[in-house]
Amino acid sequence: MNCEIWRGQLDAYLDDALPAQESSRMVEHLRACPDCAADAFERTRLRRATRAAAMRFTPSTEFRRQIEKSISPRRAPLAFLWKPSLALALAVVLAVAVSATMMLRHSAREQAMAQLVDLHVAALASPNPVDVVSTDRHTVKPWFQGKLPFSFNLPELEGSPYTLSGGKLVYFDHQPAAQLLFALHKHALSVFIIQGDKNTRGGSALAGATENGFSIESWRNAGLHYTIVSDAAANDVHGLGELMRKAEHP
Amino acid sequence: MSISRIQEASLGYTGAAVADARNVHGSFEELAMPLFSQLYNFAYWLAGDRAAAEDLVQETYMKALKGFSSFQQGTNFRAWMYRILRNSFLTTQAGLRATVSLEDIDEPGSLPVTAGTPESHLLLRVEQDAIRRALEALPVHHREIVLLCDLEEMSYQEIGQTLGVPIGTVMSRLSRARKAMRALLTDRGEGATQ
Repeated sequence: MNCEIWRGQLDAYLDDALPAQESSRMVEHLRACPDCAADAFERTRLRRATRAAAMRFTPSTEFRRQIEKSISPRRAPLAFLWKPSLALALAVVLAVAVSATMMLRHSAREQAMAQLVDLHVAALASPNPVDVVSTDRHTVKPWFQGKLPFSFNLPELEGSPYTLSGGKLVYFDHQPAAQLLFALHKHALSVFIIQGDKNTRGGSALAGATENGFSIESWRNAGLHYTIVSDAAANDVHGLGELMRKAEHP
Repeated sequence: MSISRIQEASLGYTGAAVADARNVHGSFEELAMPLFSQLYNFAYWLAGDRAAAEDLVQETYMKALKGFSSFQQGTNFRAWMYRILRNSFLTTQAGLRATVSLEDIDEPGSLPVTAGTPESHLLLRVEQDAIRRALEALPVHHREIVLLCDLEEMSYQEIGQTLGVPIGTVMSRLSRARKAMRALLTDRGEGATQ
């Protein structure tokens, strides 16, 4: 039966997939062959019925909205940040983070100051307040050689109300540091010279602060952190500070 | 006698149309949303239930949106979307089960020729429910190609792009699918008459 060859091409013909020439020949054959024409009619009918039967599942309006929302170009990548509630939440989180950091830093400074005051008080309470007893800066400074990983200058005190009592090696935050003891009338003043960064050494420059009634002044220079602790008046502490700072920049 | 085909005129988002639309803000939405209902219906036929169909469609739109910048200009957008959906389906559990039977479907050989038995009498009794049952009974690789051709009215070229196979494979697979479907309907018809 020649028709089997035609029927093999019938689906392609009905799908508009036959080349024009073959399609024309198919049309001629279908005109001439009632069996093939009937078959083509049924296949066409089946296609239409399939189309009607297959269009069956309809998405919900809610799902459509969901998809539309998810692909909408109006939704910028960081647009959610501009929602008032989220922006407020973000601001609160930031504020808490900043204040917590400041509190931690403040707390670190307070701890450092308290530790230095303790060292000052402990030295004065000791029967041997200093390791090297001398009023001569040229004796005290060399005594620290080999004991500290850094060096420092001591001021010329002649003509000033301050006198040098001596020096002592102390440990601050597990690191060796210099404690220099000065006297002003009946008051003792400790100058701590510590190597290290500002965060662990009580922060940046500080003048006129007090800790449990002790006057404290601190500053930084060339990687060293200087702190004066004394029960003397803040002005007197500041005076010694000025002398020390002059000594650093001869 | 030939079915009129409208896909290129109304649904084939190809070439210049895509290029122009891509220059417009929101062009993906404009191109993709008209396909939404059809994609969902196709997804349902593949996945078999509403939740799975929604997951598939959602995944398709997300993947397509993400990959839209790399979408090849001049290629068929509709076929591209259906291909993403189909590939997403094939990675699901149901899809993996369906691919087990895909191994031997495109074996070389002559195209099946429908038997000369007169089907007209049997097909006359075909109702929509019978067609639905037949579609459900078809293996996925036959079901999808019948749907792409008869429902989506895709050209063989579009189907080839969607399925990632050459046109020759589209023709042979479609022919087998149609034959299988006719056989299912014929069986039902015969069963109904007994």
